[in-house]
Amino acid sequence: MAEKILMKGNEAIAYAAINCGCDGYFGYPITPQSEVMETLMAEKPWETTGMVVLQAESETSSINMVYGGACCGKKVMTSSSSPGISLMCEGLSYLAGCELPCLVVNVMRGGPGLGTIQPSQSDYFQATKGGGHGDYRTIVLAPSSVQDMYDFVDLGFELAFKYRNPVMILGDGVIGQMMEKVELRPAKPRRTEEELRALCDSWATLGKPASRPGNIVTSLALDADVMERFNIHLQKKYSTIEAEEARYETYKTEDADHLIVAFGCMSRICENVVELARQDGIKLGVLRPITLYPYPEKALDALVPQMKSIMSVELNSGQMVEDVRRIAAGRVPVHFYGRQGGAIPSPEEIYEVFVKNIKK
Amino acid sequence: MEINDIIKPENKVYGKSPVLKDAVMHYCPGCSHGTVHKIIAEVIEEMDIQDKTIGISPVGCSVFAYNYLEIDWQQAAHGRAPALATATKRLMPDKYVFTYQGDGDLASIGTAEIMHACNRGENIVVIFINNAIYGMTGGQMAPTTLLGQVTATTPYGRDAKLNGFPLKITELIAQLEGTCYVTRQSVQNPAAVRKTKRAIRKAFENSMMDKGTSFIEVVSTCNSGWKLSPVAANTWMEENMFPFYPLGDIKDR
Repeated sequence: MAEKILMKGNEAIAYAAINCGCDGYFGYPITPQSEVMETLMAEKPWETTGMVVLQAESETSSINMVYGGACCGKKVMTSSSSPGISLMCEGLSYLAGCELPCLVVNVMRGGPGLGTIQPSQSDYFQATKGGGHGDYRTIVLAPSSVQDMYDFVDLGFELAFKYRNPVMILGDGVIGQMMEKVELRPAKPRRTEEELRALCDSWATLGKPASRPGNIVTSLALDADVMERFNIHLQKKYSTIEAEEARYETYKTEDADHLIVAFGCMSRICENVVELARQDGIKLGVLRPITLYPYPEKALDALVPQMKSIMSVELNSGQMVEDVRRIAAGRVPVHFYGRQGGAIPSPEEIYEVFVKNIKK
Repeated sequence: MEINDIIKPENKVYGKSPVLKDAVMHYCPGCSHGTVHKIIAEVIEEMDIQDKTIGISPVGCSVFAYNYLEIDWQQAAHGRAPALATATKRLMPDKYVFTYQGDGDLASIGTAEIMHACNRGENIVVIFINNAIYGMTGGQMAPTTLLGQVTATTPYGRDAKLNGFPLKITELIAQLEGTCYVTRQSVQNPAAVRKTKRAIRKAFENSMMDKGTSFIEVVSTCNSGWKLSPVAANTWMEENMFPFYPLGDIKDR
């Protein structure tokens, strides 16, 4: 049996990065995710795998270091929390515009502004609808356990390189700070120079061999036709991602008459709401989107006809519910319940709201 | 000498570096960028490092530097080139990594990135083109614009009360422990070109010796932005820029 270790969600990110052959981490301290860089610095992976770890002067610099490393075809990442991610959005737009792979971890805290250091899910819009300028998308993975935090680092890099696109792990302060047992995965070595050349020499800045012209990594196209063609190409890529990469989990939806949609830590709390409902003879189930972009549209769409009501439960003022309403398309009442600023609802509290809604 | 003798290979006295692409430059006649590009190409050719050099272009007129030098290029967001260079050099320490930045890019929006990259002593080369104006956006005030200098956003001349003072960022950079070589050069005549070329070669060599950051400011002309002929721009630069931005090595260790 694989080894299991008790660790925090933030520590899991750091251990997974070293374990999956990450080439470089660049970050800036911000609560509630500073343990990511602290763990990496304590582990000194530059002495073992050769991974570079660097504390940057700002989140702006962190993401641009990621940009430089990604230009070289390296597996590079950063982590931050909400206000820091806002600063990184310029860089994310450039990374998407240059079609570069990278991993960004957002351990969300409440906002807007400096907000609170308490957990939140209020960056759903920012993560899934853009954040930076221009028509681009970020693949967004929503962990609901410390094991997910660990596993999504490797998965994130796989998806980032498969589509040459930024991937974000959208966690929250709960998942980042809580401790759970994590099953460790077999270690992947960092890519060798030869593997890097084989995989990325057609586009990356690895140094120009005599056999090819210089590679230029840029998102600049002053000609309107060229820019439009590139945007059409990007949208085609996003269509493929939407068709092939939607991930989700269901909990007791087979016979359900009512559905809760929730992601991250809220999906786990809502599984307890299902048990409360079923004790009262109400058949409730949970759909947990694992990818927030691409959204599991088909899965939700297929569940809508059997439901009498749907409720989106989020740690924000109602963000994902807009997607739920769009997909439900008026076929069934869609309710919302959310808490903000770090307050986390209990199963009983959510169940009470659920019962009120379905009795309306 | 007859033309047929002149074109014999043994009589050749000058040739375009093969590191320069056969592209028509978009720079205005008289602009310093083309000369500095040519110098970098020659240094890369002479050091035989075309396969090991990675350039990072800025936002500004020289964003298109990647169209002129046949090497691998990254195009940074405005001001962020030193951050890209930091990661690139640390992830690929056997490569020669240089940023090419203008005064708006390096000394205004990118002040944090250049200060901290230099302070960490990244083993990179920074080529800083100071022409005291924003070229690409149409001649607005730069951080290095001289007091009294007329630009699109200082139509009555730069006024210290309104606009602050011109920034001698190269002197600030020289104070940082991480820098090993900080110099200010120019390219308005053959002697200056030769000095700048020696400086750039030295900087590239430094970057493989784990000595820290090498920083070369090139005081430059923007005759379109200054609204002067190329010759008059050179004279204006010598008479107005050089007294405030004196040429020469500020630090060499």
